[in-house]
Amino acid sequence: MQIAIASGKGGTGKTTVSVNLYYFLSQKYNNRVQLIDCDVEEPNDLLFFPQAKKEVEKKVYTTVPEIDKNKCTFCKKCVDWCEFNAISIVKKLQFAEVNYELCHSCGACFEACSFDALTPIQNPLGSISDYQTNFGAGVVEGRLEIGSAMQTALIKNVKKQADSKQHITLLDAPPGTSCPVVETVATANYVILVTEPTPFGLHDFKITVELLKEIQKPFGVIVNKAGLGNDAIYQFLEANNIPLLGKIPFSKAYAENYSRGELFEKIPAVVENAYHSIISKLASIIN
Amino acid sequence: MKEITILSGKGGAGKTSIAAALASLAPNAVFCDNDVDAADLHLILKPDIKETHPFDSGSLAFIHQEECTNCGICKEACRFEAIFTNNAGYPEVNPYQCEGCRLCERLCQVGAIRTTQNLNNQWFVSNTRFGTMVHAKMGPGEENSGKLVTRIREKAKELARENKAMFIINDGPPGIGCTAISSITGTSSVLLVIEPTVSGLHDAKRLVKLVNSFQVPIYAIINKHDINTEFTATVEHYLNNNNIPLIGKIPFSELFVESMLHEKSLVEYAPDHPISLNLKTIWEKISDN
Repeated sequence: MQIAIASGKGGTGKTTVSVNLYYFLSQKYNNRVQLIDCDVEEPNDLLFFPQAKKEVEKKVYTTVPEIDKNKCTFCKKCVDWCEFNAISIVKKLQFAEVNYELCHSCGACFEACSFDALTPIQNPLGSISDYQTNFGAGVVEGRLEIGSAMQTALIKNVKKQADSKQHITLLDAPPGTSCPVVETVATANYVILVTEPTPFGLHDFKITVELLKEIQKPFGVIVNKAGLGNDAIYQFLEANNIPLLGKIPFSKAYAENYSRGELFEKIPAVVENAYHSIISKLASIIN
Repeated sequence: MKEITILSGKGGAGKTSIAAALASLAPNAVFCDNDVDAADLHLILKPDIKETHPFDSGSLAFIHQEECTNCGICKEACRFEAIFTNNAGYPEVNPYQCEGCRLCERLCQVGAIRTTQNLNNQWFVSNTRFGTMVHAKMGPGEENSGKLVTRIREKAKELARENKAMFIINDGPPGIGCTAISSITGTSSVLLVIEPTVSGLHDAKRLVKLVNSFQVPIYAIINKHDINTEFTATVEHYLNNNNIPLIGKIPFSELFVESMLHEKSLVEYAPDHPISLNLKTIWEKISDN
């Protein structure tokens, strides 16, 4: 089964929670747990596994058009068919060019052209790597090519690495509430929302709840950095019957561990207990 | 007129808290929330909305099953895997996967597919106690966030010219994808907010590469610098090596959350606190630059 970890607001602790769940669930399910970092713009999960061994890396490309000006009649049918304004053609100047930043790689222009003037070429989208870690079934990382605006297309590709033979696949989602998040949670059986008890955290949390309700995903909540801010989040959860999976207390010492990339050493007892309780709640919900 | 865009790569580094503080220090500025996906600046600036505009949230194909001959051409052609076979055995469009490219509509031999344009995104022009603000709200799960950022930045520039404003302050999105790219294109400078963590620096480095490709000048603030002073030194070393001027360091403080709870910027909430004085110095450096 797939469990996505999402948040709305950035910096609430998605990565920390994903990496910790990978650790504690691996103990519970005999290492049959996989983690996929779907935050392809800023993938961070592997920073916490300095000993991880990269097994495979593959480059991913999108197919975009290149215009052969010897064959192009400058008829502009491809311009008409492109919904993303990615092609410019000026007949008088014999000018024909593709703006690859705007191209969504939908393929419409190839179908539009009757003169065989478009050649498919490969535009780098990013890479997908498999890593073996000391515990668990491994971590998959998607890493967007810097300058590409096609993060959603890469996420779709990264998620194909989900291994259905594992007991659980964790999907660490990007922040926000738009298409990249929808793409990440689309196949998930359950979503864990990580929030913080601050006004910004609550505001973005509400938008994410709206989204999950619209796409009819079951979800539960982890309140991270508990102790900061106020109680408004708990009142909201109660008023809306949203299950609270657990609270992870804010600890400056743990924040320091995080800053060094060390999440599995010297875990404060309160934090470790919080995860054990979250996992038993989670197990009773997903079974 | 200078347009300053606050970015960080990593979320939660403190972009909005710093944007709000600068908003309360900048005389004669226009504010623009480029984080259209999870906008928060309005929670502090409390805008009084004067204009509301609908905005294109992308097109969506719909297959009219009663007209469909089930030839399979659309499903085959869709590069976004947005068309699936439904329980009745007919092709159906998953609205969350559809990019609105209209290829299926164009290829359908019997005209059974029609695409509609949606207007589920909105943008606003508002008054705030600090000046004019342009901001947006996306429909949940909607598309076109990059275009929406471009649109509100255009409007902010137009208003800045009308008001003869000296500055536009953009509160940017996390990440380096479409909204970040739309926030960087053509801005005067990027104010990079870094937290001294392995992920904070990793994400900032990817952002710096992106900003450099647009040849936009960058200057940096290290936020929560006392969380890890050793790593702060590593971050400073990186900035130095990359000729990115460091214009300030801000300590971790619960005062940021506390002022947020009072719907105030930290500078308003605790004007005489050392962090406020620190932020004032930062603003002076930005405005003199």
